[in-house]
Formats: sequence, C-alpha cells, structure tokens
Amino acid sequence: MKSFIKLPEDPVTHLPRRQFLKNTLATAVLLGAGSTGLFRPGWALAAEWPKDAFAAKALEDAVKALFGTAEMSPSTAVKLKAPTQAENSSQVQVQISADLPDVEAIAVFVEKNPSPLVAHASFAGASGYLSARMKMGQTSDVYAVVKAGGKLHMAKQNVKVTAGGCGG
Amino acid sequence: MAERKMKMRTRQQAGGVELQLLITHPMETGQRTDKNTGKKIPPHFIQRVTVEHNGKVIVTVNTGAAVSEDPLIGFRLKDAKHGDKLKVFWTDNQGESATLEGTVDLS
Repeated sequence: MKSFIKLPEDPVTHLPRRQFLKNTLATAVLLGAGSTGLFRPGWALAAEWPKDAFAAKALEDAVKALFGTAEMSPSTAVKLKAPTQAENSSQVQVQISADLPDVEAIAVFVEKNPSPLVAHASFAGASGYLSARMKMGQTSDVYAVVKAGGKLHMAKQNVKVTAGGCGG
Repeated sequence: MAERKMKMRTRQQAGGVELQLLITHPMETGQRTDKNTGKKIPPHFIQRVTVEHNGKVIVTVNTGAAVSEDPLIGFRLKDAKHGDKLKVFWTDNQGESATLEGTVDLS
C-alpha cells in the first residue's frame, strides 16, 4: 500500500528529506567503515534485528531493506534444496549452501508470503550453509540470496502448496 | 507458559560437521485468531539465534515469524573436532531467551 503523506523535500536534491538523510548517512557509514578497515563480519553481527526487512511486504523491498540493494544475479553456486510440492505448508524444509568464497550472509525469502523474509544468517566462521523449516501461505517461488564478496547471488525454486495453507 | 526446550546434535557429513538445533517455541505470526475468544493471538517468535564455537561467534541468524513452530535450524561448522565447545543463545520478540551449551559429538 502506498502512503499518501507527502514528505518534505530537500531543496537541493528534491528527494524526500528523510530518504535523502538515509542515503547520505548510509554512504557515510559505509565509506567510514571501509576506509578504516572496520568492515568485518563481526561488525555486521552486532547490528540490530532488521525490522524493516522483516516488515516489508514485497520481495524486492525486503531484499533492499536487508542488503541495501535488490540487484542480484542468478548463480549456480547457490544450491537451494526445497520440495517441489509441500506436503505440509507450515513445515517446508529448505536447505541452502553456497560454493562461494567469503560467504557473508544467506537469506531466505518466500515471494508470496505476507512478509517474504523468513530468515537471515550472518556468517563469521561457519560454512555458508543454512537449513530450516518454514511456513508458506500459498504456492510461491522460494528465493535463496547469498551475499559473498560484496555481491548478491541468487537461486530460486517454485514450491507448490496444495490444500491447507496457513490457517486454511 | 509452555516450557521451552532446546536440543543440539552434531554429525559428520560430506560438507563438514553439521550442527542441528531444535528449539521448542510456538512461533506465532500474529495473524492467527483464537477460535474460542475470537481474538488475535499476539505475535511471539524467535528473532535471533547465535552460535558460538569454542567461544567465538560463528553465525547469527535473524528469524521472522515465517520460521516454523519448533524451529529446526542447521549449520555447518568449520574445522570442528570432537569435544569442541558449542554455545547457542536465542531471544524472542517478547523478551524470552535461553542458552544451551554442548560439545561437538562425533562418536
């Protein structure tokens, strides 16, 4: 749902002020962290629970809120194991592994869930692997997004949900 | 308040030593309605799980309400040896938390 509240614009960039501040701050933080060599996995681990990413209603918004960009490239190095048909939509087993060096994070999304983001793992010494069971509201593509070497790699698979569904 | 249990298991696999966690937790989404009262059941789900291997944090998972009830989460450890120390810690959106300590058991 779009908000109809008009945000005050910044006189220079004509971006909504809040967005402008957010962009500027994010860039400043990244630059600062990068130049001083502070950007380590440990730094990412200390971050807050990503509320905005979990609240996002659309896949792209969720990816963007989590990683700062929604630009991802399909990769065969990302292995997503999920059933083609879910027997129980409230217990769908997924397994993700990444044959990539320096895996920083793995995130799982279900495109058609009310909130697509399911889980987001940050690694600092464990292998790039995650398995979990999740709920699916309806038939949907499942996305595995892996952050490695500063880039997003993606694999997706359709999982069919038949009778039942969440609370059905 | 239901009791929260947590279990961990390690096993040798082709890709390394796998650590599996099983946590007893309702993982309520906040979208379900209580059939008896007609009221919405408030959301109650684990938000973060942290794993330490020999005293060092190796992985942190942010979880949402879409993770299934009684989450079963798996990881792969690097350079794990029999007897290595493991520590798992979780917190949920209602401020509950628990810690479990164990060891890598490859016997």
